Amino acid sequence: MPSKRPIRAEWATSMRVLIPSALHSYTGQAWVEATGATLAALLDDLERQFPGIRFRMVDEQGRIRRHIRLFYQRAMLFDLATPLAADGELLIVQALSGG
Amino acid sequence: MSAQNTKPDHLVLLVATRKGAWLYHGDAARQSWRVDGPHFLGQIINHLVLDPRDGRTLLAAAKTGHLGPTIFRSTDLGQSWQEAAKPPAFGPATNGLAARAVDHTFWLTPGHAAEPGVWYAGTSPQGLFRSTDGGVSWAPFSCINDDPQYRQWFGTVQDGTPDGPKLHSIIVDPRDARHLYFAMSGGGVHESRDGGHSFIPLVDGMAVVEGFDPAEISFHDPHCLRQCPSNPDRLYQQNHCGIYRLDRPGSTWVRIGRNLPTEVGDIGFPLVLHPRDDGTAWVFPMDGTEVWPRTSPGGQPAVYATRDGGSSWQRHDAGLPANQAWWTVKRQAMTADREDSLGLYFGTTSGELWHSSDEGRQWSCLARHLPEIYAVETAYPG
Repeated sequence: MPSKRPIRAEWATSMRVLIPSALHSYTGQAWVEATGATLAALLDDLERQFPGIRFRMVDEQGRIRRHIRLFYQRAMLFDLATPLAADGELLIVQALSGG
Repeated sequence: MSAQNTKPDHLVLLVATRKGAWLYHGDAARQSWRVDGPHFLGQIINHLVLDPRDGRTLLAAAKTGHLGPTIFRSTDLGQSWQEAAKPPAFGPATNGLAARAVDHTFWLTPGHAAEPGVWYAGTSPQGLFRSTDGGVSWAPFSCINDDPQYRQWFGTVQDGTPDGPKLHSIIVDPRDARHLYFAMSGGGVHESRDGGHSFIPLVDGMAVVEGFDPAEISFHDPHCLRQCPSNPDRLYQQNHCGIYRLDRPGSTWVRIGRNLPTEVGDIGFPLVLHPRDDGTAWVFPMDGTEVWPRTSPGGQPAVYATRDGGSSWQRHDAGLPANQAWWTVKRQAMTADREDSLGLYFGTTSGELWHSSDEGRQWSCLARHLPEIYAVETAYPG
């Protein structure tokens, strides 16, 4: 289960993030580093580094898009306010479907 | 890029498909075509349009099955692409209405000749957006996106097309940048004379599905709306319930598809107008009976042309398969060039690109084995 312990922003340090292949056009690689005390803050940092990437994953109302899955400490995240610790990895995957 | 491809009279077909985009560069005789693509392989490209005002800004409405929607922009005919800094996106919830998110941008229209850099976009679910910087950044436009009345007219997702209700056919009157039209599937035809500050429905005379009330705007389903380049007071429309013409300042649509053969009917999606003759239009009827197969009627595809504003129609199928061809043509996938001997083009749901250089009398297949074709536009790079 993900830690519910609130993490103060100043504690947040760089975290490894796995980027799905559909978004490699933004990052140029599968693993990147990003910083954020919450999932929202981390996605904001990804956006800062790779402009445009956040909107492909999160809609304008702050909802994670239907085929995007985010895993942290083996749990799937649904809430952008979820706190993150600096010692984990965030895995972003696309839920493939259709043809 | 070769010098040949930068000549102003160099014709390019812009083909948007379910799995990418292709550009076909034609020679002067429109006999040979050089293919350039795929661009954005695997991404859904709903529309690919070149700005006729500068002859160089190319916009692509893109989405993948798994990512959010965006707009890509090129100023070198697709040799390089840049993503829009701010793609079309709805604002926060207002007026007590549910917040919405753009699923995909469906339609792109360059703005008036006197407003360089202005573009309009129509989305699914229905939304109207505008860019003033050549498609780099987009903002919600007009009141309609969050107007309670328009929200009602948009209907629900169940009322729209299978992959979502759409705002399409955005038209800017070449005589007046403040005079706008758009259409919605579903949601009717709408007109603004004040630059988009307000719109009013323009649906009188249009039929709806039997048993429903035509007074209810959300029941109207125009598939394709076109304005005559040679006579902007004349509009044509291919609707879910027939083919129509409207001569302004009149406001009542006249159904002109009744004279198509009964076994063919006047249901379809695309409609193309002659650039120099307001009496000439082409449609591509489909089977809209029973369960709506959305295929060529009887498996025998044909273009139908009128030369008299819809009083009579002629079948054009020379060169097309005689039978067992169960494809059709989507609303953005048929267009014309502007040559003296007018060329027509359409792309099929089965991934074929067809061409006529004599106004539809004779057809030949220009490309096969593409993904399902969503849109075909002609362009003259400058």
